[in-house]
Amino acid sequence: MFVTKEKRQAIESAAENLEIEGRSLWQDARRRFFRNKAAMVSLIILTCITLLVIIGPHLSEYAFDDTDWSAMHVAPSIETGHYFGTDSLGRDLFVRTLMGGQISLMVGLLGAVVAMLIGTLYGATSGFLGGRVDQLMMRLLEILYSFPFMFFVILLVTFFGRNILLIFLAIGAVSWLDMARIVRGQTLSLKRKEFIEAAHVCGVSKWKIITRHIVPNVLGIVVVYATLLVPSMILFESFLSFLGLGVQEPMTSWGALLNEGSQSMEIALWQLLFPAGFMVTTLFCFNFVGDGLRDALDPKDR
Amino acid sequence: MTKFIFKRLLEAIPTLLVLITVSFFLMRFAPGNPFSSERSLPPKVKANIEAKYGLDKPVIEQYFNYLKHLVQGDLGPSFKYKDYSVNELVAQALPVSAKIGATAFVLAVFFGVSLGTLAALKQNTWLDYFLMSGAMVGVVIPSFVLAPVLVLIFSIGLKWLPAGGWNGGAVQFMVLPVIGMMMHYISSIARIMRGSMIEVMGSNFIRTARAKGLSMSYIVIHHALRPAILPVVSYLGPAFVGIITGSVVIETIFGLPGIGQLFVNGALNRDYSMVLGLTILVGALTITFNAIVDILYAVIDPKIRY
Repeated sequence: MFVTKEKRQAIESAAENLEIEGRSLWQDARRRFFRNKAAMVSLIILTCITLLVIIGPHLSEYAFDDTDWSAMHVAPSIETGHYFGTDSLGRDLFVRTLMGGQISLMVGLLGAVVAMLIGTLYGATSGFLGGRVDQLMMRLLEILYSFPFMFFVILLVTFFGRNILLIFLAIGAVSWLDMARIVRGQTLSLKRKEFIEAAHVCGVSKWKIITRHIVPNVLGIVVVYATLLVPSMILFESFLSFLGLGVQEPMTSWGALLNEGSQSMEIALWQLLFPAGFMVTTLFCFNFVGDGLRDALDPKDR
Repeated sequence: MTKFIFKRLLEAIPTLLVLITVSFFLMRFAPGNPFSSERSLPPKVKANIEAKYGLDKPVIEQYFNYLKHLVQGDLGPSFKYKDYSVNELVAQALPVSAKIGATAFVLAVFFGVSLGTLAALKQNTWLDYFLMSGAMVGVVIPSFVLAPVLVLIFSIGLKWLPAGGWNGGAVQFMVLPVIGMMMHYISSIARIMRGSMIEVMGSNFIRTARAKGLSMSYIVIHHALRPAILPVVSYLGPAFVGIITGSVVIETIFGLPGIGQLFVNGALNRDYSMVLGLTILVGALTITFNAIVDILYAVIDPKIRY
């Protein structure tokens, strides 16, 4: 076995090159996510919709609440500047759809964030403390679970009047239940791990363990779930606005526009189709992105 | 088993009590009162009205009065429709909602389970892809988009079916509302069913059954269906709530005289007692149904011990 010096060097340098850089869970997930075409396309479309919704209203010469009695139910056209036509009061539908999009997306995102915060903390606390406290907290969750929440929110709206802040709160408060359950399940399996015990031994307080050690470790599943929560928040708000119990005129949202559109679809179909198109596209994209994230972050399910 | 059922039903009572209590006190502590929207009344008339509805008594006493009536099945007088009690209005509306809701629910479970099973058995063929992309669309499109589009196509375009109205529940008046209501649930159930059916079909006892030479349909019906349907059963609770909630939108769109319509009108007119009564009614229905689903789950799943 004669190994010349050059050969040995060549092998060593090849081995050095071969040494693969270790990849973290998140890097892995990012690679898998970027490879998912449906999710990537959806992400791009979502970015476009978000930008359009924020910038778009400034590009039009009309304001979202300008009524124009001489231009009621005008069909979409480029020349008049009413790209999506006008509604029954002569208000420009392009601007209104985008303004509605702002509200819908904002409610969706904020609702998801509120749900995420409450749900994660509640679930992590319940799972980590265990015992009596856990039983009590889960019992409360079960009680809340069997509430017919849509009715409860409408009840709130009836008693306290329509108010966008109330809707935020109501939607956020309603939707953390599933999140809390998921996080609790994850926490139960995490809390027996060695690094938590190590933190215990080091004298880290329970609250610190929950916020510094448990919560970051359940973040993956929380993010996935939050992405899937956004479309259901948007639906929730649209549902209320569709019934006339959501945002108040002249402010609008996709649900409110759909309601107006469905009433005048026989004479002005575009009033239904543009908001519906925007909303359905957004919902689809969020679902695909959520699915993509789940596939990317869940290594079991490949 | 009897003990389990009894215990599960008993557990429903505190839940219901919490719902009633929270709703009631929210109503009492809300700004303004049910009559504040009307013209400012002379103090004497106002006092009379308040005495009639028992609003002059202390809140705690009102609460126990309400509970006492509730136990007897009395939801109190409607604040808006002066000559009617909430009970009378509900009695007119409930059959309409029940008929549509039950039809949609049963059809959704039936089609969802069969289409999901079909997709699972033909996994990764064009039929599977077709059904599952259909289900994806069905899950995403909300009923308040689907229903107007259905009306546009089948009532205004093709003129096959009426665009709204109830007409005593004639079949052609029920088709569009039921479709509008159930599409989301067919899709969800089909997706759940496909997933669990694929998992079950891959398990050892199915391989044994096939090795014995049993026919495919026998295996699916007698061996696979029972374990595969369990995730669907646990979805029935949320689906039930969803269909009740969906009735609000569907009844508004199609102008059906049901509970949902009553509820929305109550909310828009600030008819406190109506909204409170309906919330409690729906809550009671939901809680009972969840208990039934739990019991059903225990009956179907042999692994659950009680």
